[in-house]
Amino acid sequence: MIKVEHLVKKFGLRTAVDDVSFGVEKGTVLGFLGPNGAGKTTTIRMIAGYLPPTSGTVMVNGVDVVANPVAAQRQIGYMPENTPLYDDMTVSGFLRFIAELRGLRGKARDQRVADIMERCMLTSVRHQPVDTLSKGYRRRTGLAQTLLHDPAVLLLDEPTEGLDPNQKQVVREMIEQMAKDKIIMLSTHVLEEVEALCTRIMIISEGRLKLDSTPEDLKKRSASYNTLTLDVVAPGADPATVLAQIPDVAQVDVVQRAGDKHVLRLIPRDKQSLAVSAIEVATQHKWLVTELRADPGRLDDVFRDVTTTADVIRQSA
Amino acid sequence: MRVCNQVRAVAKREWSAYFNSPVAYIFIIIFLALAGFFTFSVSNFYEAGQADLSRFFFWHPWLYLILVPAVAMRLWAEERRLGTMELLFTSAVTPGQAILGKWLAAWAFLALALALTFPIPLTAAWLGQPDWGVIAAGYVASLLLAGAYLAVGMFTSALTRNQVISFILAVVLGLFLILAGFQPVTELLSQWAPGWLVDGVAAFSFMPHYEAMQRGVLDLRDFVYFGSVVGFMLFLTHLVLGNRSGR
Repeated sequence: MIKVEHLVKKFGLRTAVDDVSFGVEKGTVLGFLGPNGAGKTTTIRMIAGYLPPTSGTVMVNGVDVVANPVAAQRQIGYMPENTPLYDDMTVSGFLRFIAELRGLRGKARDQRVADIMERCMLTSVRHQPVDTLSKGYRRRTGLAQTLLHDPAVLLLDEPTEGLDPNQKQVVREMIEQMAKDKIIMLSTHVLEEVEALCTRIMIISEGRLKLDSTPEDLKKRSASYNTLTLDVVAPGADPATVLAQIPDVAQVDVVQRAGDKHVLRLIPRDKQSLAVSAIEVATQHKWLVTELRADPGRLDDVFRDVTTTADVIRQSA
Repeated sequence: MRVCNQVRAVAKREWSAYFNSPVAYIFIIIFLALAGFFTFSVSNFYEAGQADLSRFFFWHPWLYLILVPAVAMRLWAEERRLGTMELLFTSAVTPGQAILGKWLAAWAFLALALALTFPIPLTAAWLGQPDWGVIAAGYVASLLLAGAYLAVGMFTSALTRNQVISFILAVVLGLFLILAGFQPVTELLSQWAPGWLVDGVAAFSFMPHYEAMQRGVLDLRDFVYFGSVVGFMLFLTHLVLGNRSGR
């Protein structure tokens, strides 16, 4: 597990990471979100033992990263931002090199490299120089490199940045596959990714931890959460006025009206679900409901809210 | 041993990096061509009528001055530019292991280039009866000199992500280390500076140590000198690389 306590990093006068504390348990896929320059990369670099913190501690599986970076790094697979790789090497040559750094030799090394190339679908490009790879293969090579020593913790800095949708999907599937019995911490500013992959979300802004929660909880914070859109055929009636009588409904907007067909938006008083009561009312009046959509909440609304307000909101995940 | 494995892994990668690019071949060709040109054409090896290699080894400090920084400049500057330094230093490798591995690989490469000058001593042997002991001492001295230059170049390479800057800094530092003990310069200095100062500055220079070994005198102090130059420069490299402040 990862335990970060009161982590601070200053570059000159600028405080890049400002008193960040959190813990991560096994089996968690942690999405580390924040606008550019919020301190995501700096935090991850400190956990990976690349940058020494100004103050605070980082423990990875009980090993102090600052005091003993090499021992901590044996537990960590780290893919830096922009996937730096040795461009002059072939894919298999590169992976063999990293495996050697990780202490594997001879047959064990070759076997492990072959296994990982198979898992990361790199076998077809194994003899290709790294600088001739497409972005997707490059990223997969970067991921493969993190897996060679079967680490308990994976730190992935923007793993899908700059990939096309198909390549993104492949990388996400790989991450999902790896997720069981590991800790995965990935930074991103792509919100769909967090929804697809993560069991926990942390939002950091201006070096401070603003929010620590699950994707579901987070979406509930969205202003439009559980807003109900209702397409209803109500001959000779005024459904908007009638539906506004429901106690939980704060407001009814008429989105569209064409003869007897109404498209209405019902805004709940306290983000409650309105579907059941709306259908009850419609059945009573013998209206025909042709479509019903409850807003699942949008992460980007929350993201924008959280990263533009100053106060720290904390909620147990 | 785990520690040695990592040094070896880094050295192996660095060695193959030279040969994966044209750098190795161009370097070796130019080194051999220039060494031959200076020895035979400028120093008139044949006309001198002496079966020794002093005319060959005389040029090495000057050849290395330009060529060794070219070998050393990419060692760290390239890692910085590509960002692979971050990968390297998060793969359970200590900076010390990485520095040593890279230096050994580059030194072995220079040793290879030096070994390929073997036709020159063979020529001397064909023409006369050279003193093989002195020739061996000359090669040892040249190899140590190359290692010292390399350590200087490695340090300047760690300072920057720009290989050109690294090259220029290494040449300037190397030039100082030659000239501080180069006879024309020390003679000029001794006209106005006290003798102890001139000797003190000269003691830092490659030249007195290199020249002494050239004459076939293998003094422990000269080994210690080259060893400490290498050690000190690698230590400085370690300081620079250890002091990472982000980008």
